[in-house]
Amino acid sequence: MRTYTWKSHLGLVATYAILLLMVAATVFPVLWIIGSSLNPGTSLFSSQMIPDKTTLEHYRWLLTDPDSQYLTWYWNTLKISLINASVSVLLTAGTAYAFSRYQFVGRKYGLMTFLILQMFPPTMAMVAYYVLLNMVNLLDTHLGLILIYAGTQIPFNTWLVKGYFDTLPRGLDEAARLDGAGHHTIFFRIMLPLAKPIIAVVALFNFIMPMADFLLPQIVLTSPDQQTLAVGLFGFINEKFGQNFTRFAAGSVLIALPIAAFFLMLQRYFVSGLSAGASKG
Amino acid sequence: MASRPTVTDRNPHPVPSGSVPRTAALLSALVMGLGQMYNRQWWKGLSFLIIEIAFLVVFFDFLNMGLWGIVTLGTEPFLDHSIMLLAQGIIALILIVFGLGVYGLNIRDAYRIGKIRARGEKPPTIGETRRMVTDRGYPYFLVMPGLILLVFTVIFPILFMVALAFTNYDLYHSPPARLVDWVGFSNFINMFQSELWRNSFVSVFSWTIVWTLVSTTVQFALGLFLAVLINQKRVRFKKFFRTVLILPWAVPSFVSILVFSGLFDGHFGPINQMLGMLGLSGIPWMTEPLWTRIALLLIQFWLGFPFSMALCTGVLQSISSDLYQAAEVDGATAWQKFRNITLPLVLYATAPVLITQYAFNFNNINVIYLFNQGKPAVPGQSAGGTDILISWVYKLTFEVHKFNYAAAVTIIMSLFVMGVSLYQFRKTRAFKEEDLIQ
Repeated sequence: MRTYTWKSHLGLVATYAILLLMVAATVFPVLWIIGSSLNPGTSLFSSQMIPDKTTLEHYRWLLTDPDSQYLTWYWNTLKISLINASVSVLLTAGTAYAFSRYQFVGRKYGLMTFLILQMFPPTMAMVAYYVLLNMVNLLDTHLGLILIYAGTQIPFNTWLVKGYFDTLPRGLDEAARLDGAGHHTIFFRIMLPLAKPIIAVVALFNFIMPMADFLLPQIVLTSPDQQTLAVGLFGFINEKFGQNFTRFAAGSVLIALPIAAFFLMLQRYFVSGLSAGASKG
Repeated sequence: MASRPTVTDRNPHPVPSGSVPRTAALLSALVMGLGQMYNRQWWKGLSFLIIEIAFLVVFFDFLNMGLWGIVTLGTEPFLDHSIMLLAQGIIALILIVFGLGVYGLNIRDAYRIGKIRARGEKPPTIGETRRMVTDRGYPYFLVMPGLILLVFTVIFPILFMVALAFTNYDLYHSPPARLVDWVGFSNFINMFQSELWRNSFVSVFSWTIVWTLVSTTVQFALGLFLAVLINQKRVRFKKFFRTVLILPWAVPSFVSILVFSGLFDGHFGPINQMLGMLGLSGIPWMTEPLWTRIALLLIQFWLGFPFSMALCTGVLQSISSDLYQAAEVDGATAWQKFRNITLPLVLYATAPVLITQYAFNFNNINVIYLFNQGKPAVPGQSAGGTDILISWVYKLTFEVHKFNYAAAVTIIMSLFVMGVSLYQFRKTRAFKEEDLIQ
């Protein structure tokens, strides 16, 4: 211990130095975009991180200008995210529970098969989704988009939740069965409540995913008033790069802030659920 | 169960001959449910019969049309839409497989019940059957909705894509004005005979490999490193560091990537402006392939490390401190403790996630496309300088409408990534079937 003192002090200083450097690298883009959103001009050229004059003009434009569809996009995205999160949780929890506790045909390789199949690159699948949705008249609807999201998330999240269910003692459901509880009762009353942390993780994943996805809605949702935030914001920056930059910045802040806050709030669940699911999967 | 009657002490039915199971199976193979009726399970037989009739009545036209469509891909331009016919054909095939499954189940059931009868036992009554189905069928009930969705969102696209690779579907053969035809392997052959395409494929493929390996490995290593740093007992403000460092994961990635494309902007981006203030010349982040690649890697490290950090933190906290104390007694250095205790345990626990991370970055079109659309352009090839396979496929599909080549490239890359992942998964423990859970 004694001989290590100066060395271990140095180690501690180095640790803090590295951590602070990482904190700076992490926070810088976030602060920059907040700064940009408060700039009076509209272009990247004139934008400064710490503007001389701050203005909320861009926020006002996004939320109130008749030309701005920002609120429509926001509402669409929220709706898709919420429905997707609930549908996905139901699907995933049921499937994972079956994989964790029952014997059935396909249990052994079913999950792995789908996890491997999903490595099939998703871009070309978009053509297939387009054709499929067109066939069942769900093109340009949010329902079509949600069904695709809810379907494709199943393998990975099922694997995660199954891992969590596996860690819950079997004695619990066996005892309940002896007391005469049926399949439904055991699943809904006993197992689901115990799996809350991982359910929260899956719900959050599926809530955030539609907010961050840009490629699929761009192809599946064709009319402007059906679009989601990601597509709309990309339009701001892509049409005339830099010309709408500060508007884009304000729009980004308005979407990133609530998600990040939500995420950080649930972080505790997240880490514990994820590591339990992963390490025992 | 304890007092199950033997064949001799009760004989409610005359003992049928040994050919009963085969006859029942044959009858069920002929018409669904017939074997069940022969087994005197009237209700079950009737249900199977109704299922068969309903299936045929509802789907006959669709199946007929689909099968015709997938073979011919249409014969009249404007009237027949080849791609729709192809999709219908694939769905028809899926329905047929599903139907055959039920059909097989029906034959197996007739045979099984026939065997019970051949032993002179009484086949289960409708009430018993129902109870058994609701009990043993519960997992199927749970899995079924997900499975149906998976068939349409995972299986269908793959079949569709594989089919496209063997057609001539491109800008010059696009329905409804033109028909699409089956062309066998000629897409694969043509692609590798043309120098432009061969060059593009080789350069995109090699960058994809570098991209996947470097981005995933570094983002994981960085995450693990930070998790270990914060996890030290003497480090204070743990909560603060963990919360702030998880931010890149909390902010939606498409926002971050677009923000980075502003940060790295060659003229007005703050990164080059800061370099300018330090007296350095700006770096052509967006216009030189090498620098764009470096920028992309840096961005992916930034985006990816928090997930690994969170995951590793969870694992680290679950490692018993006894292990480290024992190592300290033996005089192990910090590095030895990390190398021999932490690293193996973390890798052991996170291997499956790590593999999916490699696969994720292999297919990570978001960063490449949103940052710079795979640009800058490079002479002598049809892909941009930073395109990875998936973003190249995206451009082939949605920008130049060369669906057939895009599908062919997709098949090659899928075989590659699936093969590697399958091999890795088999090597890790987490996917081995353990029935000894708890």
